[in-house]
Amino acid sequence: MKTIANLLLATAATLAFTAAAARAEQITVVSWGGAYTKAQTEAYQKPWMAKTGNSIVSADYNGGLAEVKSQVQSGNVTWDIIDVEPSEAVSGCNDGLFEKLDLTKLPKGADGSDAKADFVPGALLDCAVGTIAYANIFGYDSTKFPGAKPAKLADFFDLKTFPGKRGMKKESKVNLEMALMADGVAAADVYKVLATKEGVERAFKKLESIKSSVVWWEAGAQPPQLLASGEVTMTTAYNGRLFTPMVTEGKPFVIVWDGQQQVFDMWAILKGSKKKDVAMDFISFSTSTQPLADQAKYIPYGPTRKSSAPLVGKFMDGKTDMAPNMPTNPANMGNSLVQSVSFWSEHYDELNERFVSWIGK
Amino acid sequence: MASFRSSLPVYATTLDVVWHYAFRTICGAILVFLVAPILVIIPLSFNAESFFSFTSGMVSLKPEAYSLKWYRDIFTNGMGAPEAAFGWSWLVDSWRHGQWMLALRNSVVVGVASTLVATALGTLASVGLSRPEMPFRGLIMGLLISPMIVPIIITATGLFFFFSSVGLAQTYLGLILAHALLGTPFVVITVTATLTSFDRSLMRAAANLGASPLRAFFSVQAPLILPGVISGALFAFVTSFDEVVVVLFLAEPDQRTIPRQMWSGLREQVSPTILAVATILVLISLAMLGSLEMLRRRVERLKTETPI
Amino acid sequence: MTAVELGTEGLERRLARAERRGKLRAFLLVAPLLAFVLLSFAMPILTLVRQAAYNTLVSANLPETTALIADWKVDAPVPEPLCEALVREMHAAKEVDPAIPSRIATFVNRERAGSLSRVKQVANADIKAPYCAGLAALHDDWAQPDIWRALKIVAPSFSPRFFLQALDFRLQADGSIRSQDSNEALHLMLFRRTLLVAAGVTLACALLGFPVAYLLAHVSLRVSNMLLIIVLLPFWTSLLVRTTAWIALLQQNGVVNDTLVALHIIGEKGRLEMMYNMFATLVVMTHVLLPFMILPLFSVMKGINPNFTRAALSLGATPSTAFWKVYFPQTIPGLGAGCLLVFILAVGYYITPALVGGQSGQLISNIIAFHMQKTLNWPLAAAIGTILLAGVLLLYWLYSRLVGIDKMKLG
Repeated sequence: MKTIANLLLATAATLAFTAAAARAEQITVVSWGGAYTKAQTEAYQKPWMAKTGNSIVSADYNGGLAEVKSQVQSGNVTWDIIDVEPSEAVSGCNDGLFEKLDLTKLPKGADGSDAKADFVPGALLDCAVGTIAYANIFGYDSTKFPGAKPAKLADFFDLKTFPGKRGMKKESKVNLEMALMADGVAAADVYKVLATKEGVERAFKKLESIKSSVVWWEAGAQPPQLLASGEVTMTTAYNGRLFTPMVTEGKPFVIVWDGQQQVFDMWAILKGSKKKDVAMDFISFSTSTQPLADQAKYIPYGPTRKSSAPLVGKFMDGKTDMAPNMPTNPANMGNSLVQSVSFWSEHYDELNERFVSWIGK
Repeated sequence: MASFRSSLPVYATTLDVVWHYAFRTICGAILVFLVAPILVIIPLSFNAESFFSFTSGMVSLKPEAYSLKWYRDIFTNGMGAPEAAFGWSWLVDSWRHGQWMLALRNSVVVGVASTLVATALGTLASVGLSRPEMPFRGLIMGLLISPMIVPIIITATGLFFFFSSVGLAQTYLGLILAHALLGTPFVVITVTATLTSFDRSLMRAAANLGASPLRAFFSVQAPLILPGVISGALFAFVTSFDEVVVVLFLAEPDQRTIPRQMWSGLREQVSPTILAVATILVLISLAMLGSLEMLRRRVERLKTETPI
Repeated sequence: MTAVELGTEGLERRLARAERRGKLRAFLLVAPLLAFVLLSFAMPILTLVRQAAYNTLVSANLPETTALIADWKVDAPVPEPLCEALVREMHAAKEVDPAIPSRIATFVNRERAGSLSRVKQVANADIKAPYCAGLAALHDDWAQPDIWRALKIVAPSFSPRFFLQALDFRLQADGSIRSQDSNEALHLMLFRRTLLVAAGVTLACALLGFPVAYLLAHVSLRVSNMLLIIVLLPFWTSLLVRTTAWIALLQQNGVVNDTLVALHIIGEKGRLEMMYNMFATLVVMTHVLLPFMILPLFSVMKGINPNFTRAALSLGATPSTAFWKVYFPQTIPGLGAGCLLVFILAVGYYITPALVGGQSGQLISNIIAFHMQKTLNWPLAAAIGTILLAGVLLLYWLYSRLVGIDKMKLG
């Protein structure tokens, strides 16, 4: 019994020690994990910690606002900053889950331009500051298709010419738009069509045509693994997640840019964060010109500041040019779509219910 | 007589013999089904490549196909400077920043604390439940065992709602209480089981000899039910050590435990590090099983020694 | 005589008091755990049930609107006082907390898609009397009954609508119930699938567990102790470890497929799909739950007197008759206990289907987690959970009647 008591005392002491250490300005930054978090750590976190002496605890999540909602509603907020997509940024702001941000605190661009003018349209919201634009694309394993190569969005749905399993995100967003575009709807009309009953039917019908061959993924790190393990021959993915193994491990993956859907990733501060000011300081620092340009060294996501674009150079290997791999590269933008925040805030519940029930059958 | 018939009676027909061996083969196959999956991960965890599969090099027993790097990864994953030379500062770095080290710390703290709570409350309740005069015994027993029966997702969801409203969500205390709750049924079951075989006349004898009820409990009853208490505590610890759903719903990232870390490893970043962790966990469960077996033997011995 | 009477009465009273004291003492020993379980288990479960049926978001923030809309007939024109109350109370709610109007809007939007910004607008727009016309001017939707009907559905504090939704029905504004469009119905199918999987796993466990338990009960003590360790090892091994092991075995590039390819039983192209589907769910769940079948069977079989079977044989019964007519009936208590326990545990399974089930192997627990974590439709998750809970408690009651809770054994 005595040894157990000693053990308990020791663990209690360790806990107390950890708690004391946490009091020296430490913030928790939550993001999507894998190569993406690594890029953020190298470009934002490490320089900021070196500059301010503060520390950052990194955590991963898979999107959605469930944890945020529970923290804010229970008044027990342990996360400070979260990396969200615009639709979550808007709905979280509406629901009072995020702090309103003082955007005047954002520094001027390196070229002296005013912050408001420096960010691309849509990257500054009441509660969130955009950092990068990524693309939902699809990619394939080139060794699996020795003959003709997939080149168009429609090829993803063509099981005859390009046999094999498909990886898709278990989520209504992205997939429904993708199905419509593959079915011949022009990017500009996608949300108009999807707002009608017939449009929804059309999208589901297209998805239904490959449903039995789909492997559903949930975390951004899964698609490259699915491709690498041979579980699928083609998969949707975030462009940066396929790029990294292609370049660093020489995986035979190919990205198809046709029909890419661009989405911002944004920083938001949880309502009731105890380190609001420190968190805002981190956001200001990380969304300044140089760090945004630096993150592109690690992952091909387009910086949201115009002044960062000219500073984007080569990948960390020192030889791969990043520009052609950016979603924002004009050559990759031929047929592309920007995800509509307003459409999804109205229709997400309805379409997602339909999607969940469809996927479950 | 052929030797393969030696274990059977002489009057056994050929059909009996065939059935006898067929039956043993079937049972053997089922037992293989039970243990083989657990054993197969042990060699896989020494894979030099990042697959969940035996490489051709491993099959032909080439030494370079085997490696300890996934075991190293358990310590280095998340470290600030994993390449630094091994030494005191390396160990401190690993202990402070290593993701698995953090998970290990959390698992041990939550596991030990919840086991203590569950064992204390559970043992006390079992002593009460096994008294013949206990009122509403069935009903109360049913309630106390129900955390084991109610699907974990329902318990976790309910705890999430309730703990959020009282400020216990995302705290160590909340996790410890939740795990203690899940552990108590095991303590109650094992301790009441030892108590049913306990001869209550011993307590009366102690009372006749002038012992106070408390003294009688500690000097007579406690030593006899101790094996049951210890095995109940082991069950409670394993329950906490293996629990992931409540952690998913209630814990913040800093509080992730080993199973929670494995969970995200299986869902997101599949790497053989999980196999290395799994191998270590299998060894731990073997040790637990061994100590439980020893306890059981002790109980058997005590039982046979009690003069009736 | 009086003295004797008094004496016995006193004795009776004293006995009664001693008995009461004994009861109290026993109860006091149980009390701490009982209080703990009530607080940290019964309360959370009640919170869950409450969450499914009771919500005051609309009725507390828009009390007058709630009262007025309850009286409104769904086919009648919307009365002016209702419009006025809605406008006034939405503005007032916004003053209290700017997030409330959009939370209410989210609620209405779940009943009628496309209502989110319509409802939010009301709190922001400057609307003057006549209010109904003002709302209609804000957006034509307010001149239509649909959005009002949706509001009428979500307004009451007590509502069965989430329970109905959990069973694939929809509550209508006029109080009637319609069944969900077939392309949105999901839960009944999942309940059915969960029951089928639980039954399948129970059957598989019974078929695999029976011979092993029989073997354990009919070998020498030394051998049975050794074999028991093999049975108990999986029982004591982390569930996640076992699941990891099965992924390593069954995946496309896994041990089983690799072996089959190496033995030329299947070709490189013909690798079997054994992971992330129903098959994987069944195999892994059977593996995990098998010890729960073997242990109660073994403890019953140990107690069966072998002389009965011997007697049957010596009376001329064939071995199979002796087994089915004499031995097997005596194992029914163990078999029943094992089956019930496995079934109860299988019905609530979450981790295994989530990790290895892919899409076709998802069970009812997984959709609860999904609504909790992804769609944030917590009341719906709570309603499905409550229904599942009711089912499990029924089975548990059956178990306690048929088997007895104190018969539950662990190794």
